[in-house]
Amino acid sequence: MIVFRWGVSLLMLVTGVAGVAMFCAGPRESGQRIVLTGSSTLAPLMVELGRAFEVQHPQIRVDVQTGGSSRGITDARRGVADLGMVSRSLKSEESDLQPFLVARDGICFIVHGDNPVRQISTEQVRAIYTGEVRNWQDVGGPASPLVVVHKAAGRSTQELFLQYFQLSPGDVRADVIIGDNEQGIKTVAGNRAAIGYVSIGTAAYHISHGAPIRALPLDGIPATVEAVSAGRYPLVRELNLVCRGQPSEPVAQFLRFVQSSASGPIIEEQYFVPATD
Amino acid sequence: MQRVDRWVGRMLLLGTLLAVAPFAWMLADVLVLGLPRVDWSFLTSAPSQAGRAGGIAPILVSTMAIVLVAWFSVVPMGLGAALALVNWHHTNNRIWRWSSRGVEQSLDLLAATPSVVFGLFGNALFCLYLGMGFSILSGGLTLACMVLPLFVRTAQIGLRAAAEQLRAPAAATGLSRSTFYLRLVVPAASPAILAALALSTGRALAETAALIFTSGFVDRMPTTLFDSGRTLSVHIYDLAMNVPGGDVSARATAVVLVGALLLINGLARLVLRMFVRFIDADPLPA
Amino acid sequence: MYRQLIERGFSTGLSVCAAAVGLTVLGIVVFLGIESWPAWQRIGPTAMLGAVQWNPVGPEPQQYGLAPMLVGTLAVAVGATLCAAPIGLATALYATFYASPRVSWLILRCMEVFSGIPSVVIGFWGLVCVVPWVAQLHPPGPSLLAGVLVLAVMIVPLFALVAATAVRSVPLDLIQAAHAVGLSRWRMICRIVLPAARQDMINGMVLQFGRAAGETMAVLMVCGNVVQMPGTVFDPIRTLTSNIALEMAYAVGLHRSALFAGGLVLMILVGVVVLPARWRGASHATR
Repeated sequence: MIVFRWGVSLLMLVTGVAGVAMFCAGPRESGQRIVLTGSSTLAPLMVELGRAFEVQHPQIRVDVQTGGSSRGITDARRGVADLGMVSRSLKSEESDLQPFLVARDGICFIVHGDNPVRQISTEQVRAIYTGEVRNWQDVGGPASPLVVVHKAAGRSTQELFLQYFQLSPGDVRADVIIGDNEQGIKTVAGNRAAIGYVSIGTAAYHISHGAPIRALPLDGIPATVEAVSAGRYPLVRELNLVCRGQPSEPVAQFLRFVQSSASGPIIEEQYFVPATD
Repeated sequence: MQRVDRWVGRMLLLGTLLAVAPFAWMLADVLVLGLPRVDWSFLTSAPSQAGRAGGIAPILVSTMAIVLVAWFSVVPMGLGAALALVNWHHTNNRIWRWSSRGVEQSLDLLAATPSVVFGLFGNALFCLYLGMGFSILSGGLTLACMVLPLFVRTAQIGLRAAAEQLRAPAAATGLSRSTFYLRLVVPAASPAILAALALSTGRALAETAALIFTSGFVDRMPTTLFDSGRTLSVHIYDLAMNVPGGDVSARATAVVLVGALLLINGLARLVLRMFVRFIDADPLPA
Repeated sequence: MYRQLIERGFSTGLSVCAAAVGLTVLGIVVFLGIESWPAWQRIGPTAMLGAVQWNPVGPEPQQYGLAPMLVGTLAVAVGATLCAAPIGLATALYATFYASPRVSWLILRCMEVFSGIPSVVIGFWGLVCVVPWVAQLHPPGPSLLAGVLVLAVMIVPLFALVAATAVRSVPLDLIQAAHAVGLSRWRMICRIVLPAARQDMINGMVLQFGRAAGETMAVLMVCGNVVQMPGTVFDPIRTLTSNIALEMAYAVGLHRSALFAGGLVLMILVGVVVLPARWRGASHATR
């Protein structure tokens, strides 16, 4: 019994000290924090930009959380986030928010690296995603059923996809619904029969890091950063940071850094096209 | 007859093997590919490249902070509630009887509530209504609500057994009620209370769904309780779903998590079993 | 005087703590109710529980049909319970009546250990091992079947422990009498043990059904998350829980409200099914 009583006392002491320490550590830094939430396309880029920014401004901390462009809009409006990450241009009903263009990006179709199919056309995409074509044989591949990977509602990649191919959400016959771009790449890399669509920047980044996937040219135009940069690739979009009202001083500093030429190499490293071009 | 019996025995053995085999497969898969990644630097360095490389130090810190917050809220409240139930059990007053029934049924409902519902509740109450945002504090408080029934139920067993044994001698010495409970019953039941705390910690460590929209996803070292931080479980989920090439890190994190859980749950059950034998209390709740 | 005050304070403190437990339950129900109220009011219960289209943020018209997810939840939980029950029962019977004491001890300790493995780890195993296996059987892989298998694995250990307790609580004199009249072990199991332990078994199954229906991570990782009525076991499905986990992060307005409505439906479903079993179990134990 004595042992247990000592055990309890010791436990309480330790937790008490730890708790007090955490509370005391609290207020010290809380003012100097920039929170970014939203698009999973932008998130890896903003993490890298945040790191570079923190080196120059060690007293400021940049926190990034994903969840899709809709979350970026919502959190920026509610003030939960200082900046929302939105991987499209703002809609007319979102004029209460101020956009800051960071970079440009495209959307490409990806298949597993072992898939012999080498390109895809707009008609084929429509046929695949409406369920007219259910076998790779019908689009020039091996005799194997297709696994169609589609993005969840509320993701700007999905909105742009539906808009470009003139599909309504009810038309799509999908086999797997995914959230973040990374999940799409992971799903396709793990399934030889899968086809999905993700950000060109994200796809290029993971291809260069050894993910077994291939980006298909769309209607004969290669899905590369160069094609996006030259304006040849058809399925492109803006990557924006959005902010409600006047940004506070640290946020404004961060925005200046992001839009300066210093951020260019970092953006290119993540396979996006800097907005300053 | 003998042959049929032997045949039935074989079928039952097959069933047992079917129950064990998936876990053997799971643990083998996790250990073989994950264990080589686990070393001192894995535990003490920050993750890089979204967790593909580097370690899990900030995640360990966030996990501990969330568990601590849960402890701080669940221990006083749960201990008080368990003592109240034990106390009310011995009164003949009808009001206390009814209150006691009400609290027990609330505990049953809490125990049956799916964890994602706790997540919704925590998001609505702590994150938005009380303005804590996605933070370690919100996550810890949400987990406290979730493990409350387990803690109260387990502590109650020990407290009731101790109270029953000590009631007669205490009455003979004329101790007041608060002295009786605080000086005699709680210390005597402390092994059961510690075990309850350990089991609750195990449940909290295993939880993911209640945390993904209360404590958030940030994988950096937290500096305050209002920072967002991810626990080991959330880290495994993120690596498994959202990080191409993150499978090895996911397995290594799973090794750490499952190892910690085995230790905590094993100790809790051992202490509880010894206590039950020692004090001759009710058996464990299923 | 001073002493009385302390006693008063002590009793009040205990009551406050106990009341806090009740308030937590009340708070959960109230918050789910408040947050989901706009959905019930503006979409309507029939339109939500009856419709099969889920299109909360896309182009007009928005649709909020929870029916496919309700069906998905029921299908995956019922399937998992039916798969897990015979295996758990076999484990309990083997450990109690056939295995040597040492092996029996080992089996039950293993089940305790396995019951503590986090669902996210089981889900991860499902993702890297079960889904590819199902995909070889019949593409696409992430499917109702994968969900059923993973959940069944998850609930087997606890069901086996509950069943073992139930089997052991069969009165010893019944078993000795069976031995005395020369019944073989399996006859004794069929004629005496199973009938006597039936109620506890059913309670245990219902509790595990509740766990399966409320599980989020494992199903989220292996079910494919397509909103549709499953035609075959190889079709991907989305459950109420994974719908919340998937979309909660960015839902606003009516969409968020509809997710809370899904949570409320889930809580009512699990509560209605599981609570009677818990109360039966409690009265059974105290008898």
